[in-house]
Amino acid sequence: MADLTTDFLGIKSPNPFWLASAPPTDKEYNVRRAFEAGWGGVVWKTLGSEGPPVVNVNGPRYGVIHGADRRVLGLNNIELITDRDLQTNLDEITRVKADYPDRALIVSIMVPCEEEAWKAILPKVEATGADGIELNFGCPHGMSERGMGAAVGQVPEYIEMVTRWCKQYYSKPVIVKLTPNITDVRQPAAAARRGGADAVSLINTINSIVSVDLDAMSPHPSVDGKGTHGGYCGPAVKPIALSMVSEIARAPETAGMPISGIGGVTTWRDAAEYITLGCGNVQVCTAAMTYGFKVVQEMISGLSEWMDEKGHTSIQDFMGAAVPNTTDWQYLNLNYISKASINQDDCISCGRCYAACEDTSHQAIAMSDDRTFTVIDEECVACNLCVEVCPVENCITMVQMAPGTTDPRTGKVVENTYANWTMHPNNPSATAAE
Amino acid sequence: MADKIYEAGVQAGRLNCDAYDAHFSDLHPALDRHEALVAADRCYFCHDAPCITACPTEIDIPLFIRQIATGTPDAAAKTILTQNIMGGMCARVCPTEQLCEEACVRELAEGKPVLIGQLQRFATDHLQEQGIHPFERAPETGKHVAVVGAGPAGLSAAHRLAMLGHAVTVYDARAKPGGLNEYGIAAYKTPHGFAQGEVDWLLKIGGITIRNETVLGRDVTLDELNGDHDAVFLGMGLGGVNALDVSGADKEGVLDAVDFIADLRQAGNMADIPVGRDVVVIGGGMTAVDAAVQAKLLGALNVTLVYRRGRDRMNASVFEQDLAASKGVRIVTHAVPKAVHGNGAVREIEFEYVDADMKPTGATLRLAADQVFKAIGQTLEGDNLPALEGRKIKVDGTGRTSVEGIWAGGDCASGGDDLTVTAVAEGRDAAMDIHAALAG
Repeated sequence: MADLTTDFLGIKSPNPFWLASAPPTDKEYNVRRAFEAGWGGVVWKTLGSEGPPVVNVNGPRYGVIHGADRRVLGLNNIELITDRDLQTNLDEITRVKADYPDRALIVSIMVPCEEEAWKAILPKVEATGADGIELNFGCPHGMSERGMGAAVGQVPEYIEMVTRWCKQYYSKPVIVKLTPNITDVRQPAAAARRGGADAVSLINTINSIVSVDLDAMSPHPSVDGKGTHGGYCGPAVKPIALSMVSEIARAPETAGMPISGIGGVTTWRDAAEYITLGCGNVQVCTAAMTYGFKVVQEMISGLSEWMDEKGHTSIQDFMGAAVPNTTDWQYLNLNYISKASINQDDCISCGRCYAACEDTSHQAIAMSDDRTFTVIDEECVACNLCVEVCPVENCITMVQMAPGTTDPRTGKVVENTYANWTMHPNNPSATAAE
Repeated sequence: MADKIYEAGVQAGRLNCDAYDAHFSDLHPALDRHEALVAADRCYFCHDAPCITACPTEIDIPLFIRQIATGTPDAAAKTILTQNIMGGMCARVCPTEQLCEEACVRELAEGKPVLIGQLQRFATDHLQEQGIHPFERAPETGKHVAVVGAGPAGLSAAHRLAMLGHAVTVYDARAKPGGLNEYGIAAYKTPHGFAQGEVDWLLKIGGITIRNETVLGRDVTLDELNGDHDAVFLGMGLGGVNALDVSGADKEGVLDAVDFIADLRQAGNMADIPVGRDVVVIGGGMTAVDAAVQAKLLGALNVTLVYRRGRDRMNASVFEQDLAASKGVRIVTHAVPKAVHGNGAVREIEFEYVDADMKPTGATLRLAADQVFKAIGQTLEGDNLPALEGRKIKVDGTGRTSVEGIWAGGDCASGGDDLTVTAVAEGRDAAMDIHAALAG
């Protein structure tokens, strides 16, 4: 049976599933129950400076994009960092860590961008016995208006500076949590590395307005008739997060840096995908907020079963396995040619492939009077749209054309060699390089 | 139980009141909003969808389902009603498993079609329960059309003609409009006065006058109608019933199923309707099933439906056959009636089994019967009608008869299945042709 234990920055946990810093990890009661349910680690909800805590709105904090049957696809929140007293949190963290020495317990922190503020809180956190800290440079709403959260994460120099303070005043691992609300995630990641960060975690939530109430003419969630942008998370953001993770894994200045993957992890498969793109573990929030803590049981059993199937004995076996296959567009093989193929036995004649191709693509699917749909190889560019809109999985597949055969669309013989855009005669740069 | 189910003879009040309420409530409870959204989400929005082709009124089903899915059920209703003004009734009585839902690609894919009928009802009910009539009448044309029969064909034609600006007078033999919707469909398919409610809603278009209890040939002649109006549409259905040609068929208790069904629909209280302990229904169509199932629901102990051919030849759909079986109706096939026995009133009915070619086998079956309901087909009534084809009025593709100025549609006309939805389509299409003719 596969071993799911992970060692992330020397912090051990029985599985790679951590709860992200968020409402589920705001207090002892929750975190104890999460550990009992099987979560491998927890990032405690972000602590602020000593003194009167922040206050949250007393109206709605969440808004959701629903799929069929009200499945939660995307979750937006306008909640701030912990609104509980600092010492209360510290005392609870101390107790929980003492009782769960085998679980990872990380403390998320967000204090003003001043050395004194960090110098003040770090020893208190260190005293709890927690395994490390995560710097919340990502929260996009509320706190960013006060010069914290994403306001720091959007300035690489601040990230580097604060990270350096943390490494100076705190002895255990420092994880920098990155905001996706920037143009190039490699810049803040590199800044964190320069500051001495042990790892980065990403993504934090994305600036979002999930919907507008067309009666109240207010963004949702609406607090007394007014709304504000919040932070978007859940399954809908996973593709964005995966891409950002892959960029950090691939960039020379950040390659090899440990990554904790965050963003829409809902099933074991999502977690496996993050790990193949270089993550050492994953953090989960929306899935737990939708289904409760028990959902981790499926993640554990699913990942374990898949690893057994593939012969992976540890997380390390496949960590980063997809990174070498993640490349720039310009390096994709232009001599790889495929055509859509419709399995007539599986086809239910809905015609969605036809509508998609005929109306919006390449007019490469023919429809007969008896509703038989066939691919016109002379027109098919293998765009894959028909595959994706077909309601029957694997009914339409992309079949590679064998080298030596002739592509009826171009009339050219399929070559057996690799050739990409950098070598293509249509590329002015390629010509110039010769 | 205080039920009187074992008592012999024909008796009213065999069950307690709660049982009647339960038995005659909605066969398919309405979908609630969430159920409708979940059901609507299963639609693939097929290209040139097979369900549209399968619908006799060619409702744009993928469009109306998408309109439900996006929270606009009234727009969905308008999509339906534009094609089929009786979309509400059709949603309840259409044999969808033989029409749209049979054609649904999800039926092919997984044997579970999108619930098109129930979604249609969700949309039309949503609109009609608000009392909204979504169509406006065009300016008066000054033309006047007579419609004979206030059933699905007649009212469909009348609505379309009125919407196009013509004045319409509908002549109907019965006390209430609605035709088979009001008198000829099992009570559990259209409870709570839906049929009359739908007629009232339909008439909101304006320009339609209904003359009840006016019988063609008795109170008014076709020649008069044709002379007094710019056009005539005949949609009076099949008023007669086929006779049972066996000895003893005139005995007390041998009844027409259509009368039994009509009595049930008009009953204020189901407990007032007498039913036998032992009931036999002869026939294999929807009328036979409606009579048999309702006899059972009224508390008849033994109900047997006897059909002369195999189940595969029954006009009643498989769904209807299964419904009958699930209610406890025994279905006997390959048996033809030979004689009705009894002293004044029926006591027994005798059948002879036949083979697949209807050849007598010599084997007989005698069934105890306090009541025998005949559901062996209905016939066109009336004299001096346009030319017939077989036993129905001959029409072309747009409902034109052999007589200039007279159109026909629905069960009284040739062609098409005898379904509510077919009648609605034929009435609508004839109206469009009448409109074109009057304009020309």
